[in-house]
Amino acid sequence: MTILKVIAVLLTGFFVGLTLEGIARKIMARVQRRYGPPWYQNFIDVFKALSKRGISHGWIFDFGILMALGGVIATLAFVPLGDLVAFPGLDNIFIIVYLFAVGALGMAMGMVGSGNPNASIGVARALTQMLGYELPYLISIAGVLYYYKTSSVSGLMMAQQDTWTLFKMPIGGIVAFVSLLGMLGKKPFDTPIAPAEIASGPMVELSAKYMGLLMLMHTFSIFVEIGLFVDIFLGVSNYFTFLLKFTIVWIIATLISSVLPRFRIEQVVKFYWKVPLSLAFVQVLFVLLGWVF
Amino acid sequence: MAVDERSLWEKIADKLRSRSLWMLHYCTGCGAMELPPTMTSRFDMERFGMGPMATPRQADILFITGYLSAKTLRRVIYTYEKMAEPRYVIGFGSCTLNGGIYYDSYATINRLDYYIPVDLYIAGCMPRPEALLEAFNELMRMIRRGEANGWKKYKENYEWYKQNQIRSLGEVFVHDEFHE
Ligand code: SF4
Repeated sequence: MTILKVIAVLLTGFFVGLTLEGIARKIMARVQRRYGPPWYQNFIDVFKALSKRGISHGWIFDFGILMALGGVIATLAFVPLGDLVAFPGLDNIFIIVYLFAVGALGMAMGMVGSGNPNASIGVARALTQMLGYELPYLISIAGVLYYYKTSSVSGLMMAQQDTWTLFKMPIGGIVAFVSLLGMLGKKPFDTPIAPAEIASGPMVELSAKYMGLLMLMHTFSIFVEIGLFVDIFLGVSNYFTFLLKFTIVWIIATLISSVLPRFRIEQVVKFYWKVPLSLAFVQVLFVLLGWVF
Repeated sequence: MAVDERSLWEKIADKLRSRSLWMLHYCTGCGAMELPPTMTSRFDMERFGMGPMATPRQADILFITGYLSAKTLRRVIYTYEKMAEPRYVIGFGSCTLNGGIYYDSYATINRLDYYIPVDLYIAGCMPRPEALLEAFNELMRMIRRGEANGWKKYKENYEWYKQNQIRSLGEVFVHDEFHE
């Protein structure tokens, strides 16, 4: 049964994730008054990338990519998609946050293993940006955990029977959403993969098959990041309302990102540590004082 | 030559490849000016699944837009050899065809396909975005029919290409990547 559920989670991640990425490209195109690619474009891109002959840069490179993909897939298996929970009782937020770092570190290791200076710059930027958004995110989540006295993600979801956490703790919700934009690498915070400055940063040496695997990893990690946000802040949901909420959050993030330019890396960290971090502390203060709606 | 035999798998893969072309535009000459209008709102090349890529490792098409000086040629060859197979080359503008208005210059090369295999030329000085879109459609047709196999020819006739490259560039003594 668990195996079937894990497979269901991964297939959802694959099909829904790639479809939504295609739709996001279409929306982005419409915002810019273009026609845009078809919605299945990302499936074609992934399969094409997998069909090409790539160049490896040594075993650290190969291993890093496998570690990134494997780490993210392992994380995704623990994230509850609405009422589809592959490991009931184990969907602890600390497990998810901890496992998710394996993917990021695998990617960092592999990409630096390629030896391209642009990749190193990109990885350094990605880790710096992580330093920026993780603090406000974890502090606002800590407020939620403290309030509900549980760290199980389905427990948090079930605790919102009456009102969504987003309405109970609006400031924390906004902080988490802004951090989510940074996690997704969406436009104001796409400093690590800046094609115009550092030639796609970490991905600079990825050819063909490796690129395909990394695109899959990106799709799955979107599912982990937005899925957590939906579970924690957007109320009780079954599988289908989960996907609906997921789509709406993803579209809002896309819309925001399609009209904004890029921050420099020090601006990213300054921004995160000034505005969202102070707001997160305010939210925690409210929770401690019992000012929750 | 048996360059155009394809297995069933290759045929399917070619269909996919023709619908998702990532291009590296090596903008050497004035013709590159026609690319922004082709990418943005009016002509929108992304609707064919094409898009610009920042690095040769991920690109499928190498776009040479205009005259190539002997020095630039060396970079073009490096770039071409970095790309993952299958790879396609489009020569853009009269300058890549026959030298264009620089046909008798001492510093530019006249014909691109002595040095790297070119799948498709777009004539004109400079070609309009309409001509570009026509060329992309033609390239997609060629890929689907399995005719865009310049990368196989490059492998088979490597000696010939190498000789041409050396004749034009002189022997290259590479000290390190940036100071040759
Ligand atoms: S063909 Fe014309 S437009 Fe193109 S690079 Fe040569 S001179 Fe410039």
